Amino acid sequence: MTTSLTTAVNESVSVEIGGMAIGLRTHDHSFRRQIEKRYAGFVGTSQSSQVEFDIDLYEPSQPAPDDDGLEVKIEAGEWVLKRGDFRARWNPDARQGHIRQSSTPYAIDCVLRIVHSLILARQGGFLVHAASAIRGGKAFLFSGVSGAGKTTISRLAPPDATLLTDEISYVRREGNWYMACGTPFAGELARVGENQSAPLSALFLLEKGLQNRIEPMSPGEAVQRLLRNILFFAHDPDLVELVFQSACEFASLVPIRRLIFVPDQRVWDIIG
Amino acid sequence: MAEKYIARSAAIAARMIGGEMMVMSTADSTFFTLNEVASAIWQAADGRTPLSEIVADKICEEFDVDQEQARRGADRFVDELSQHGILLVSDRPLMDSSLSPESR
Repeated sequence: MTTSLTTAVNESVSVEIGGMAIGLRTHDHSFRRQIEKRYAGFVGTSQSSQVEFDIDLYEPSQPAPDDDGLEVKIEAGEWVLKRGDFRARWNPDARQGHIRQSSTPYAIDCVLRIVHSLILARQGGFLVHAASAIRGGKAFLFSGVSGAGKTTISRLAPPDATLLTDEISYVRREGNWYMACGTPFAGELARVGENQSAPLSALFLLEKGLQNRIEPMSPGEAVQRLLRNILFFAHDPDLVELVFQSACEFASLVPIRRLIFVPDQRVWDIIG
Repeated sequence: MAEKYIARSAAIAARMIGGEMMVMSTADSTFFTLNEVASAIWQAADGRTPLSEIVADKICEEFDVDQEQARRGADRFVDELSQHGILLVSDRPLMDSSLSPESR
């Protein structure tokens, strides 16, 4: 009995992002090592996970699909998450879930993003398509659609900047301000962010241009563009309202600016 | 012209920030930013006040606009938002559970 309990504990990997631990339990040792390697820097020792997932694996028969075929819905109090390469269930009250997925890391990456976004939505936070970095104790977000310059601005970051992510930023509400937290969700840089956090100072919406400048935006445009970049998977009306209210609240507390930039290091002279 | 009654749907989220009213459909996530005139119509959309009265009292008087021009603009605005289920439109007063709590 003692042996089996010890084994069970050892089989669970706790992945902590934004201070929130999610336990991933698998009997497959090589997959567990794969998880530990992929989320290096975010693997914690927390004994109290927000969710504990049991993972069953099958061999992939085809490459991981994109998120277009993703389905996220609530059924009898449980979240059901489905894509071509995984099917997961998660009971938020029981803090338990189950994932049946192909033995690639893409599925677990997607499940983690969905679970974090659903939990954050109820706390006034969100995941957003944005690079983020800490400089001088303050965090900055650089948001935009694919090709807007998230990876470019990350590559140009000076040595005194700590890169939190070049692809998906984690925004957590704390009272009347927001914290930006590092994530292991990497984009083209293929580099896991630093597991650090700092108070959020500004969100820049990226646009490439002929000179470096920061421009103000109307609240309506700021909220609309922020909403376009927030990761949002479920089409549940209550959640849509929560995300809308979070975006409005964020826009009323954090400066949102347009950053028009030339892709060279001088752009960082006007940030901070 | 036939009378219209308009009411805010319950399937929306709305918020005023920096003087701008933002409205989003929770059904299809369509997002609108309303200007001052549109905001005035929006706020008066209680399901009981006829659109002609809203136009006369809230638009023509407050914004010094000609009645016919204001009504055309109001009709366009109402048509657009009703297509996304954000505003409910009827030829008689609206008082049912599909209205937002503020409209009831």
